[in-house]
Amino acid sequence: MTPALGKDLVGLEPLSADQIRLLLDTAEPFKEVSERTIKKVPALRGKTIVNLFFEASTRTRISFEFAEKRLSADTVNVAASGSSVSKGETLVDTAKNLEAMRIDMVVIRHGSSGAAQFLGQRIASNVINAGDGKHEHPTQALLDLLTLRDRFGRIEGLKVAICGDVLHSRVARSNIWGLTKLGAEVGVCGPPTLLPRNIRDLGVTILPRIEDAIQWADALNILRLQLERMQSGFIPSLREYNRVFGVTSERLARAPKDLLILHPGPMNRGVEIDSDVADGPHSVILPQVTNGVAVRMAVLYLLAGGMPGPGQAAGGEER
Amino acid sequence: MTIRTELLDERAIARALVRMASEIVERCRGTEDLVLVGIQRRGVELAYRIKRLIDKVEHGNIPCGKLDITLYRDDLQTIGPRPVVGETRLPELDDKTVVIVDDVLYTGRTVRAALDECADFGRPRRVLLCVLVDRGGRELPIQADIIGTSVSTTEADRVDVFVSELDGRDVVELVRGAE
Repeated sequence: MTPALGKDLVGLEPLSADQIRLLLDTAEPFKEVSERTIKKVPALRGKTIVNLFFEASTRTRISFEFAEKRLSADTVNVAASGSSVSKGETLVDTAKNLEAMRIDMVVIRHGSSGAAQFLGQRIASNVINAGDGKHEHPTQALLDLLTLRDRFGRIEGLKVAICGDVLHSRVARSNIWGLTKLGAEVGVCGPPTLLPRNIRDLGVTILPRIEDAIQWADALNILRLQLERMQSGFIPSLREYNRVFGVTSERLARAPKDLLILHPGPMNRGVEIDSDVADGPHSVILPQVTNGVAVRMAVLYLLAGGMPGPGQAAGGEER
Repeated sequence: MTIRTELLDERAIARALVRMASEIVERCRGTEDLVLVGIQRRGVELAYRIKRLIDKVEHGNIPCGKLDITLYRDDLQTIGPRPVVGETRLPELDDKTVVIVDDVLYTGRTVRAALDECADFGRPRRVLLCVLVDRGGRELPIQADIIGTSVSTTEADRVDVFVSELDGRDVVELVRGAE
């Protein structure tokens, strides 16, 4: 039998459309688990998972932790500060030491692109990328896809505009791979300084003005302006960015149809998105967060077993 | 070489379900506090058929739920996860008489998982097990209370249950030497 996903989840680029659909379909029943009084199923009982976070994260780390706990796995959180990493230990040494304590999975967030793949090739445990540099953030894209599918009933044929700081965004890259593989049209919108030079090679349309994106799209995925990754010179000022590229209710009012509003968080209110849009009736920013737990449960569950089960053919035969 | 033998045809299944429905009502002395829970997938269809049979006779509307036990299995490591986990939707179970409905009872591991899952949703006053086919071969101390038909089988055999809702026809077949 071929593995459902392989050993690691490094990004959406290496996955097939069928594998992405399998992840989304598997996430569906996990939504309901979080609505139960006892929000726990024993599927990953006895598995040990390490959350190795070299970069700050609230949403993603907590979301992974909830997903792990709701599947009954044992979890340990390691943050770069306060661990041996701050004493100069290398990534591989840290991971090998953890592995010597018999762990099963590592969820890693790292500032360097490729860190998850690098680690996955060197340790036997399953590795899940929770964001690596400017490369990919696959579980974020999966939860975006799930949220879009919840609202529109499909991904194929949708027009999704990814707006803002595409250059520094791993969320944008994972979204572009996932959306195009599932047959959506993707547009990117932002100041030319914040769009990667070869972005067209990924099969996306460039929308130069935010007004163009609003006219064109069914949904806007508004990226955070990653102030911490910018030395200087990308944009004149935050105020000017908001004036030219900010998603405001005045701009949305001129759209030919109601646009679904997504944002991966954390938001810079008043910069890339105005508060009345973020809190408005078409915003799915909080449903995205809810879906994040379900999607991460699906990823953990599918990687833990490693193999897809036999198809449910005729008969209620129990195995 | 495999040999298929028909255990129950459409009419035999219908008759068995009618008898099972009346046995459930008899054992529970009515339908008060009665809840049916079908195990995904074919147990769900059988549970709803039994519900309709009981509702017709008793002029009631007994709650009926569905349970997917995939996440409660004890063999995730050996068979790997089944790709699609079905829906679980249960009515209130606290202080009810819960009748778990499944198509085939074999090792008892599915029922063990179903009992565990039910316990996470509430505390039934009593739980009964109702199966269309009991094929023996238990690996756990579990037995059915209400049985459509019993057949003795070996490990190499397989019991296939087809229901019209999913498979377009109603039939139970024993496949000898299915390995």
